[in-house]
Amino acid sequence: MSGKPITEDDLHAYIDGLLDDIRRADVSAYLEAHPEVASRFARYGDHRADMRAALDPVADEPVPTRLNLTHLMAARQSGRSSVWRSAAAAIILLVAGGAGGWGLHGVLQPRGEGVDALAGEAMDNFATFASDTVRPVELRSDNMAELVAWATQRIGRKPVLPDLSKSGYRLMGGRIVSTPYGAGLMLMYDNDRSTRLVMLSRPMKADRNQTMTSYSQGNVDGWSWATGGMGYSIVGPMPANELHPLADDIRRQVMARA
Amino acid sequence: MNDIFQSVEPMIPALRRYARALLRDATAADDLVQDCLERVIAHWHRRRNNDPRTWVFSILHNVAVSHLRQRQRRGAHLSVDEIGQEAFAYRPTQEDGLLRQDILDAIGQLPEEQGSVLLLVSVEDMSYAQVAEVLAIPVGTVMSRLSRARERLRQILEHPARPIARPGTQLRRIK
Repeated sequence: MSGKPITEDDLHAYIDGLLDDIRRADVSAYLEAHPEVASRFARYGDHRADMRAALDPVADEPVPTRLNLTHLMAARQSGRSSVWRSAAAAIILLVAGGAGGWGLHGVLQPRGEGVDALAGEAMDNFATFASDTVRPVELRSDNMAELVAWATQRIGRKPVLPDLSKSGYRLMGGRIVSTPYGAGLMLMYDNDRSTRLVMLSRPMKADRNQTMTSYSQGNVDGWSWATGGMGYSIVGPMPANELHPLADDIRRQVMARA
Repeated sequence: MNDIFQSVEPMIPALRRYARALLRDATAADDLVQDCLERVIAHWHRRRNNDPRTWVFSILHNVAVSHLRQRQRRGAHLSVDEIGQEAFAYRPTQEDGLLRQDILDAIGQLPEEQGSVLLLVSVEDMSYAQVAEVLAIPVGTVMSRLSRARERLRQILEHPARPIARPGTQLRRIK
C-alpha cells in the first residue's frame, strides 16, 4: 500500500485499465473493503463493456467508398491541378460576391450606418476571424493594456472590455478592424468547448442610442444596440435567445463604466 | 503525404464508430467523417499537434458538435422511411440487440459534453490526457464529466420507466 488516499479518479482509472500495478492493487484492496462503492463501479464497468459490444460492430463494417482516403486525396489533387478551374471559380466568386454584396447592401443597411449596419459588420468579422486558427486576435488577453491603449487612440474613447466569465466565456483578445464608418474594436471570447463569440463596437453617427435588436444570418445570430454614441454588437454560432443574457450582461457592464 | 495513410487510414473505422455513437444516424455520421477527412487532408502539413489521433478526433468532434447544434436548432430532417432504418445505429438482429439499443439510447440522453467524454474513454480507449486534448478542456473537467456521465447513465439504465426527451426535436417531414 502506498498510503495515498483512494480518489474517485483512481476508481474510474481502475475500470478504464489506466492504473499501474501498484495503484491497481491499492484500489482492489479498497474495493474489497467497500462493497457499496465496488458495486457502483462494477455497474460502470458493465456499462463500459456494453457500450463496446454495441459499437464495435460499426468499426467492423467495411469502410464505405466515399471514405476511402485514396479517393479523397485524389479528388483533392485533381481539384488542385486544375488552375483554370480555380481561375473560373475565382471569377464566379468575384461576380457573385459583387452581386451578392450589392444585394445585401439594401438588406443590411436599410438605415445607413445604424445598428443594422453594425450587426452586419460584426457578422462579417465573425466569419473572417472566428474561424481563424492561426491568429484570430492580434493582441491576446495577456496584453489587454496595449489593446485598450490602441483602441483609445484609434477610436477616440476608452473601450470597455466586458467580462463574460459568468457565462463561461473567456476573453481571447482583440484587434482594431476596419468598418465603413471608421475603426472599430473587435473582441473575441471562447468557452471550454471552443465556441467563439465576437463583439464589435464602434462610434455611431446614426442610431446613437438604440434599443437592443436581434439579428440572424445563416447560422450566426447576434444582438446589437447603441448607447451614448457607441454601438455594440455581439454575435455567435448559436440561437439569439442563448446570446441574449450575454448581450444584457455586456450592456450592463458598459453602462456601469460609462 | 504517405505518412497520412499510415496515421489516418487505420483510424477511419474508429472515427465512424465515434460519429455514429454521437449522431446515431449512419448516413449523417459518415457525412461527418467525410467532412473530417477532407479537413485532415487539407491541413495535414499545418497540424501542430504531435499526436495525430487526438488531432483527427478533435476535428471530427468539432464538426460533430456544430452539426448537433444545428440539428438542435432546426430539428433533424428525416423522411419517414429513413427513420425506420438509418436513424438507428444498430439494427437488433441478435438476442441481445435490445440491450445494445438500450445503452445507445441511454448515451443519447446524456448531455453531449458528457457523452463525448464517456465514449472517448470507454469505447475509443483514450487516456484522460488524450481526451482533454481532443476536447480542449482541462483533465480535471474530463474527470468530473466522466464521473457525472457514468452516474447518469447508471440512473437512466436502472430507471428506464422514466422517459426523458432526447435533446433536439426531430422534425418529421412527410413526403
